[in-house]
Amino acid sequence: MWLSKSSVGRKVVMSVSGAALVLFLLFHMSMNLVAIFSAEGYNMICEFLGANWYALVATAGLAALVVLHFVYAFILTMQNRKARGSQRYAVAERPKGVSWASQNMLVLGIIVILGMGLHLFNFWAKMQLPEVLHMMGMDVEPNVMFNVSNGSAYIVSTFSCPVYAALYVVWLVALWFHLTHGIWSAMQTLGVNNKVWFCRWKMIGNVVSTIIVLGFMAVVVAGYFGMGALGKVALDCGACC
Amino acid sequence: MDKNISFTLKVWRQRGPKAKGAFETYQMKDIPGDTSFLEMLDILNEQLVNENKEPIAFDHDCREGICGMCSLYVNGHPHGPATGATTCQLYMRRFKDGDTITVEPWRSAGFPVIRDLMVDRTAFDKIQQAGGYVSINTGGMPDANAIPIGKDIAEEAMDAAACIGCGACVAACKNGSAMLFVSAKVSQFALLPQGKVEAKKRVKAMVAKMDELGFGNCTNTRACEAECPKCVSISNIARLNREFIKAKLKD
Repeated sequence: MWLSKSSVGRKVVMSVSGAALVLFLLFHMSMNLVAIFSAEGYNMICEFLGANWYALVATAGLAALVVLHFVYAFILTMQNRKARGSQRYAVAERPKGVSWASQNMLVLGIIVILGMGLHLFNFWAKMQLPEVLHMMGMDVEPNVMFNVSNGSAYIVSTFSCPVYAALYVVWLVALWFHLTHGIWSAMQTLGVNNKVWFCRWKMIGNVVSTIIVLGFMAVVVAGYFGMGALGKVALDCGACC
Repeated sequence: MDKNISFTLKVWRQRGPKAKGAFETYQMKDIPGDTSFLEMLDILNEQLVNENKEPIAFDHDCREGICGMCSLYVNGHPHGPATGATTCQLYMRRFKDGDTITVEPWRSAGFPVIRDLMVDRTAFDKIQQAGGYVSINTGGMPDANAIPIGKDIAEEAMDAAACIGCGACVAACKNGSAMLFVSAKVSQFALLPQGKVEAKKRVKAMVAKMDELGFGNCTNTRACEAECPKCVSISNIARLNREFIKAKLKD
């Protein structure tokens, strides 16, 4: 299969899975913004995306994309290190036009996936997972079960804690760097690029990654300072954390 | 008139492909600024021969930036700090009095060191032999307007054909990828009618050879185009990807 055997094919897998994940991030980010304006509205979205068949299929698809992107990243990096050879240069300078992010995609990716682990622990493990476990007939605490779609409360309880808020900011900054290289790079690998579109894709990549990261960041900041609709949730729940 | 400079030269010395190499330091005195980098190494080699020492082995041929033989990784850049120029077009006036100049061979698993600063670039010939040609007889010189080709396309093909196959792209790439070289060779044919006939076969064969010889996967860092002495653009890499994906989807 050329998608795993050829270098270009392996990169195509990275591009397509990466681009799909960018679309998911855009969707997830716009969904989160609702929490700033209406806590009830956000909880309704959480209910739509609970343990329903379509949400579960989408979750499984996303998990597959992440695993594919991650596994290929390691395979590619290992092959590239081997191709570079064991002897390194004594003096190495980063040439002009080479972005720092482009040379550190794996490290940034690892930060992103660690952040994702934390995020799944903070939210998914309290929302979709208990619902699924409950459906499978396992015992879930009634208190947890009652709150599975109370996303707004979980946002406030997580981000009112400064350590979590700071960790999420670090995660989002790493994601921004990862995306500024990733988006145009995916288009280059898929071959939809030339001298004119190079600048356009770079600009599109920068704008999209900035929108995604600022959108996510807004919810973290609103949760931390109790702004917008999240301010009311903070008063309602008082001592949730 | 350029000033004379004195500097410290750190050169990678390695007896053979399997031998362990190390840097050796040489003091260079009163080298005129209009000496080319290779002439400066010639001066050093003459001194070494006079002292009954082994001269430094390095690749060179035309010394006018055309042949692609000279290599040398100077102060962290393939072909040295100058842009759009080969090592033979690098002059000592680029450096300052008292500088330390580090000279290393191309480092990549695809280009093993033969001796000192000389590396084996046969891999590029093998990639070329896999498909970097037109195997049909295109006849003699066609009538000027018999096959109209747009000016911009002719220019693109010419810019890709400017690649001299020196291997600076592989040397610069953190992944040891040969994509800029292969994409230039694929592009110069894929853009023109004579090359389009075998385009699919060519791109598949050349990429397969490149992978087989152990070059890395392109991650679009753009170090290759920044260091290329002929300023070959990574838009060629996009074209290679496009041609390759199209060819594979047709299968």
